[in-house]
Amino acid sequence: MSDKPDQPVAASNSVWYFASGVVLVVAVLIGASVGPAGPPWWQVPLEFLSRLPLVSFDSGVSDAEWNIVWRIRMPRVVLGGLVGGMLSIAGASYQGVFRNPLVDPYLLGAAAGAGLGATIALTFGRSATVDWAIDPVPTAAFIAAILTVAVTYAVGASFGGTRSGVTLVLAGVAVVSFVTAVQTLILQRNLDLVREVFQWILGRLSGATWADIRLVTPYVIVSCIVLMLHRRHLDVFRVGDVEASTLGVSVSRTRLVIVAAATLGTAAVVSVSGLIGFVGLVVPHVIRLVAGAGYRRLLPLSLILGAAFLILADVFGRTISSPAETPIGVVTALIGAPFFIYLLRTRKVSA
Amino acid sequence: MSELAFDAVGVRYGKRLALEPFTERIESGEWVGLVGPNGAGKSSLLRAAAGLVESTGSISVGSVDLAEQHIRERAALVAYVPQEPLIPADMTSFDYVLLGRTPYIGYFGSESAHDRDVVAEVIARLRLDEFATRHLGSLSGGERQRVVLARALAQEAPVLLLDEPTSALDIGHQQQALELVAEMREHSGLTVFSAMHDLTLAGAYTDRLAMLDRGAVVATGTAAEVLTAERLADVFDARVTVEIDPDDGTVIVVPRRTLASDCGPNGHGDD
Repeated sequence: MSDKPDQPVAASNSVWYFASGVVLVVAVLIGASVGPAGPPWWQVPLEFLSRLPLVSFDSGVSDAEWNIVWRIRMPRVVLGGLVGGMLSIAGASYQGVFRNPLVDPYLLGAAAGAGLGATIALTFGRSATVDWAIDPVPTAAFIAAILTVAVTYAVGASFGGTRSGVTLVLAGVAVVSFVTAVQTLILQRNLDLVREVFQWILGRLSGATWADIRLVTPYVIVSCIVLMLHRRHLDVFRVGDVEASTLGVSVSRTRLVIVAAATLGTAAVVSVSGLIGFVGLVVPHVIRLVAGAGYRRLLPLSLILGAAFLILADVFGRTISSPAETPIGVVTALIGAPFFIYLLRTRKVSA
Repeated sequence: MSELAFDAVGVRYGKRLALEPFTERIESGEWVGLVGPNGAGKSSLLRAAAGLVESTGSISVGSVDLAEQHIRERAALVAYVPQEPLIPADMTSFDYVLLGRTPYIGYFGSESAHDRDVVAEVIARLRLDEFATRHLGSLSGGERQRVVLARALAQEAPVLLLDEPTSALDIGHQQQALELVAEMREHSGLTVFSAMHDLTLAGAYTDRLAMLDRGAVVATGTAAEVLTAERLADVFDARVTVEIDPDDGTVIVVPRRTLASDCGPNGHGDD
């Protein structure tokens, strides 16, 4: 009889993973098939099929056309998937660890720090740094994002300890305001940079290369593995810091590990894609509304569906006003916000 | 074997002394009630035992000093139910009770078949089967309280700490919850230490009472010894009479109204 309660849960888990996997595959195929140049859209899925092992037929895609798909579209699709999945799983983890549904992975300053880092790097001027072995903009954004979250943590720990998540959130508010003010100050003294910085902040996936992907993938993998290993802890966090502690969880240490992992991945993707908003806040929420709030299912689904969401949002962004591109950060909010409101209205929400 | 011993346990928050050194020994399987006015230090004492606040002195379960235990080992020895448990509305009762197994699950592990067996057994024993797959948000206050107690029971700790477990319930549900604790204690031989609000219920269900006032113990003993009208007047500033049920010896604390001629029901006196 003890098996009974978990049987339906296990079954519906695999259904959810399978369904979301299908959604992701479809999103990738759409992302690879849609674009201004290149082969007719319906030939691209056929070409993918013909490239599978043991399958061989002529899809009608020429080598030049395949180059467009593989060199230009696919890096963009893969990067979009990495960014969307990473921001969503990090957002879900942040929401869990702070037991606050209004939190996103930028809460403790990852975004503000990355913005400041990128701004400082851009003040050197693109032309001066073009020969550098490493591109200073993503590097500075990555380092500044991590440093800012570390400062927030140190400040939070200095007043009231890390036992309560609330002090950390307040420290985040203070640090983010400060960092943003510094960034504004730098911008105000370098008005010629405003356009460039603003573009960076809005986020973009265009011009993505396989090299970008090689850059962020290791961080994303490490971050996701650590977060997935803490899914059970996030469920314990749902009863609050006090009770989690009486259930044998070292609350402050576990929170630090989860925040550090989520921040590492967030900083990595933000450094190459800019500050794409809304994904980390809304994707976990939508999944909660449709698939339940348990973190064991929420984290993997956030990863998979967050990836699919951003790939599709990017397709949308590069087609609605083609040939001009709508910034991806604008698209995520334009699609995400109404959809989110629709879900809130149709589903009974218990926050 | 699982007696709970306090040796000069004191709690202070900053400069304020919340609890003067408290020494007491609760025998294995005994249920001791902690009574006293608001702010007397009841919660502080329980929180110290649960490892939630820093305390001086030492607290031990059996021969084990809790201060030397890792947080997980401690959770396997002491289960704690706070005054207002935080209820995740969208969690099922089964998953919530399963959280009680946390101390037995390795850091990267997940719950075993045994853990699920324990939870299923606790749920069956507390007659919660019909709630198992329901979300906590859809349960009534009394039902929730039973699920919270089930989680504490699934923790399989020999010592159970309850901080005013029934303060939010009506009299029927208060009684049901306390009956449940009594039943759990009998079945599993739990040592129970509970802060309690209602003095009559405290006297009826516990073996012994300890009364705190302004952080210090003012009396310990049986309900009849601790709950005297003079002491309640002194400590609680309450006008009560204390009666003893002639059949079973239950101590009944009856609040008395101030004389009608002094202060009538409309507050106008007799003018």
